[in-house]
Amino acid sequence: MTAPATTNDLQPVLQARGLVKNYGRVVALDHANLELYPGEVLGVIGDNGAGKSTLIKCFSGAVIPDQGEIFIGGEPFDLHSPSDSMDAGIETVYQTLAVCPALDIGTNLYLGREKRKPGILGSVFRMLDLGGMREDARKEMSDLGLLTIQDMSQAVETLSGGQRQGVAVARAAAFGQRVIIMDEPTAALGVKESRKVLQLIKDVRDRGIPVILISHNMPHVFEVADRIHIHRLGRRVAVVTPQSHSMSEAVAIMTGATESSMTDEEMAQPASVMAAA
Amino acid sequence: MSGPQPEHRGQDHAAAEATAGAVAGEIVEQERRELTPMQRAQRVLHKYQALAPLLFLGFLLVIFTLMSDRFLQPFNMSLIIQQVTVVGTLAIGQTIIILTAGIDLSVGAITVLVSIIMAKMSDGLGVPGIGALLIGFTVGTSCGLLNGLLVTRLRLPPFIVTLGTLSIFFALNLYVSASTTVRGRDMDSLLTATAGKEGTLKIFETPIPLASLGMLLMYVVMTYVLKYTAWGRHIYATGDDPEASRLTGINVNRVLVSVYAVAGLIYGIGAWFLIGRVGAASPQVGLSYNLDTITAVVIGGTSLFGGRGMVFGTLLGAIIVGMARNGLSLAQFDPLWQDFTVGVLVIAAVTLDQWIRRVSA
Repeated sequence: MTAPATTNDLQPVLQARGLVKNYGRVVALDHANLELYPGEVLGVIGDNGAGKSTLIKCFSGAVIPDQGEIFIGGEPFDLHSPSDSMDAGIETVYQTLAVCPALDIGTNLYLGREKRKPGILGSVFRMLDLGGMREDARKEMSDLGLLTIQDMSQAVETLSGGQRQGVAVARAAAFGQRVIIMDEPTAALGVKESRKVLQLIKDVRDRGIPVILISHNMPHVFEVADRIHIHRLGRRVAVVTPQSHSMSEAVAIMTGATESSMTDEEMAQPASVMAAA
Repeated sequence: MSGPQPEHRGQDHAAAEATAGAVAGEIVEQERRELTPMQRAQRVLHKYQALAPLLFLGFLLVIFTLMSDRFLQPFNMSLIIQQVTVVGTLAIGQTIIILTAGIDLSVGAITVLVSIIMAKMSDGLGVPGIGALLIGFTVGTSCGLLNGLLVTRLRLPPFIVTLGTLSIFFALNLYVSASTTVRGRDMDSLLTATAGKEGTLKIFETPIPLASLGMLLMYVVMTYVLKYTAWGRHIYATGDDPEASRLTGINVNRVLVSVYAVAGLIYGIGAWFLIGRVGAASPQVGLSYNLDTITAVVIGGTSLFGGRGMVFGTLLGAIIVGMARNGLSLAQFDPLWQDFTVGVLVIAAVTLDQWIRRVSA
């Protein structure tokens, strides 16, 4: 099953069809669908326990769905582990951050894909380029405007909550080739750092990499999202845009106060088609 | 429509930002607050993990030198090094396992089993020395591999797995050895070549067995591996936060299995050193190594909760224990005070670790 690919713009970069995930008797995903189009920021909102995190964990390979298919660039993909997803160019900022507190910033940024020294030191002695990785970490963190830390050999546990989140965001921004997924990336951030992350999300989109943003912070979602996917009881119930709906209308759909009558075809449309309609 | 108007939203943002700016200012003030000397010490010890055991080693050196003239003699220093060689070697394996937040209670049992198998291969079956060694290393690695597979496949706590394999390997050892000792002179000379008359060098008038040099070399290699290779970094990451490690794409189970297997190989080499040190392979010698290696690791500042520590600390820990026992004995304390002191050291080291771990941002 593929998307209605008339032009390249209408071909979703990332697509989920009919994802089901049960944890015992708890239904986390109930035939959930999702489309992410090139160059867009897709906001994902939903009440606690709606299955947002489970949905995005299916894309990052951290959760394997019981049923359903995932398409990357129109091709069906089996994601069995986080490294499968990373190899496909998908980077995720998890709500839990997934950083190792006792390890330093440089090591955390490159964890799982360490850079080796060139030549015989790297090939025979498997020597890592610790200095180079720290240098890159410093560059990445300062590019993001998240550099309030000087020492990249500092352990992450000595950082504040906001700085730790900065490390996780920097890692995703540095390695995301195709899609960047952010699960509550501003939860631990102050207002200033939140602005920087929102700006970063726009910058990443302008670089041509689409972003999925999961957040409880409606003003943030409405500020940066091109389309907003509303998740309720394990499935997509509506897709709106900041132009078509107000925050309170979106919240009403999210909590079930308003019934949405959108068909799946309507919800799978890119922003340009939605605006034209 | 009941949603807020865009203009309103903008104003709210500006107001919110102004308040938040003030709050951020306060936080910065808080961070600039002077640290107390205790907090500063805590941070230094957190950053330089080998510092605490190193200082303590220096303290012991001074104390015991004052208590006995013979303590600092080259011959006595050599004795301490010889006494810590086997425990020090085995503790390298214990360290990498503890770094993954695991523990290995079967060290001693694997070591004795391997030493018996090496000896029996050479003595009973006439396998050449090098063959007996390689078979021994293979057995050690396999024992470690079994531990690793049980920990990852059955998802059992390492404590339980190795408590079980401790009994299993020890029983196998009694079976293979028929509960009898193999004398050193009945084996191929390679098996006993790491110590004794032929296996000892004189360095600055200090006799140093080859086994001790081998142990030091292994510490150098493992220090490099842990610090400069991806596998080493993944060991720390796995022990620190296995779920975060998994999410960053590390195959946590593969790391764990390989760590237990490599530890098994290290125990195999330790078994070779043990034969040299004792001059025989005995099914009863070496069981105390189970706990002695844990003692060395803990005193060396490696955290039992994983992700924190270093093998160099373990070497210091092993030497601290050896030095404390030797110094107390030279000062003519009853041997029971040696055990007493080691016990106090373990508790003090873990208490210190707990405190250092609480360093705040």
